Amino acid sequence: MTLSGAVAVAGVYEHPTRWAPDKTEFQIMAECAKGALDDAGLSIGDVDALFAASMTMSGMGIVDLAEYLDLKPSFLDGTNIGGSSFVAHVTHAAAAINAGLCEVALVLYGSTAASNAVAIGTGMGGERRDPTASFVSPYGMTTVGSYALVAQLHQQRFGTTSEQLAEIAVTMRHHASLNPVAKMRQPITVDDVLASRMISEPLHLLDCCIISDGGGAVVVTSTARARDLPKAPVLLLGCGEAVAHQETGAPDMLTIAARQSGERAFAMAGVTHDDIDFCMIYDSFTITVLATLENLGFCKVGEGGSFVSDGRIRLGGALPVNLDGGGLSSNHPGMRGIFLVIEAAKQLRGECGRRQVEGGRLACVHGTGGTLGVAHSGATLILGLEA
Amino acid sequence: MSDMTHPLPYASWETRGWWEGCGRGELVLQRCQTCGIVQHKPRALCAKCLTDTIEHFVASGRGTVHTFTVTHQNMMPPFSEHLPYVLAYVELDEGPRIFTNIVGCDPADVRIGQPVVADYATSERDDGEAFAVPRFRPA
Repeated sequence: MTLSGAVAVAGVYEHPTRWAPDKTEFQIMAECAKGALDDAGLSIGDVDALFAASMTMSGMGIVDLAEYLDLKPSFLDGTNIGGSSFVAHVTHAAAAINAGLCEVALVLYGSTAASNAVAIGTGMGGERRDPTASFVSPYGMTTVGSYALVAQLHQQRFGTTSEQLAEIAVTMRHHASLNPVAKMRQPITVDDVLASRMISEPLHLLDCCIISDGGGAVVVTSTARARDLPKAPVLLLGCGEAVAHQETGAPDMLTIAARQSGERAFAMAGVTHDDIDFCMIYDSFTITVLATLENLGFCKVGEGGSFVSDGRIRLGGALPVNLDGGGLSSNHPGMRGIFLVIEAAKQLRGECGRRQVEGGRLACVHGTGGTLGVAHSGATLILGLEA
Repeated sequence: MSDMTHPLPYASWETRGWWEGCGRGELVLQRCQTCGIVQHKPRALCAKCLTDTIEHFVASGRGTVHTFTVTHQNMMPPFSEHLPYVLAYVELDEGPRIFTNIVGCDPADVRIGQPVVADYATSERDDGEAFAVPRFRPA
């Protein structure tokens, strides 16, 4: 049975909090579960599949979460491939539902990264007593550094400018200014980005995502069942996963996982890039958006700099990207893939007020997890309304 | 950063040859005698053909900067005390790239394509083994 169109997102919820020192991760997840199930017109008793990952959940954390929620699901998946995990969870849930292994899947994320003062981008590169990590940790590798290595190569090879990268941050901030729950809503300019302090050349402070608390939930079920629920079903039309790493020592660093996962998702959906109304793209750093747009095939590799300029990715442009303000301005509680799916669903259902993409019927969602220039995962979804 | 004490690497038996080689001032790479590829990082098997016909050889220690970033923020000691420093991939003349630091010059002078040579930071571990962390400096 073909997967395309068989399964739908039936409910979503983004926790409005950006600062939650009084909450635990599991508490945030449970609050989000309530929100998404209410949105779907379902109850916790309907859930028979549980998907989650977090910054602190251990390898068996999904079992602890099941206990916290007093769930005994027939399908469990604690896959953690970085911030893209939740985009992948939707794919895994769709496959399991389509195979008849479960019916109602709950995907959860929660984090108190900000209130716990987790320095995600520049504080986790310390000593790790791990033979694999030892090839990077003695050198002071940082998360932002791994993305900066890609940005530097892109600039050198194609003449991509810091102004072009900054344009991405400026656009995300504009979208955040239209989102009442976004953390950073004060508009910024290209000059503001370039004047912000350098973190890892060529990436400035404002080229980097913020750190917040937060969480979200997504309910996935069969399209047949979703049609009987209150909200318009958001169909999974295409999906793909991929990984990119150092191979045996000399990969093309500008070919990222999105190349493979995007090809798979577009092929399954049977749609073209021109059909896509808007994108939700993991924006850990400005370079992530540029490299992802190129590798998904919205423009050629090397042309991302001019592609993101002159308003194309802004609300009202030809391909609006990250209408919620993204990780650069709305929220980034450590891992943010779930918010890509949530905002895509809300946009497709026409619920986004001032930041709404008018008539948006087809979305491309892409999550990147891990460290772009060292090893990372990619997960792509094509989501759309029923014809 | 030239004088900084790097955190010491931890080796598995698969990676010990690399770090011990660095302790002697040598970059030890692996070549598969079945399919001919040179691979890094070290493994017990060839990642391409999964045979264990791996031979080790000493590389030239020469390469070029493939890409780099001057790091201005890292909260973790000892790096927090040696800012700014240069993270880089160096493409060895033998093919593989290694993640490393560029030392021995002003960070502002590092360029993609710049020829570099290995430069080792040796330190004694508690257990007396001589491991070294290979960095690179302008050739």
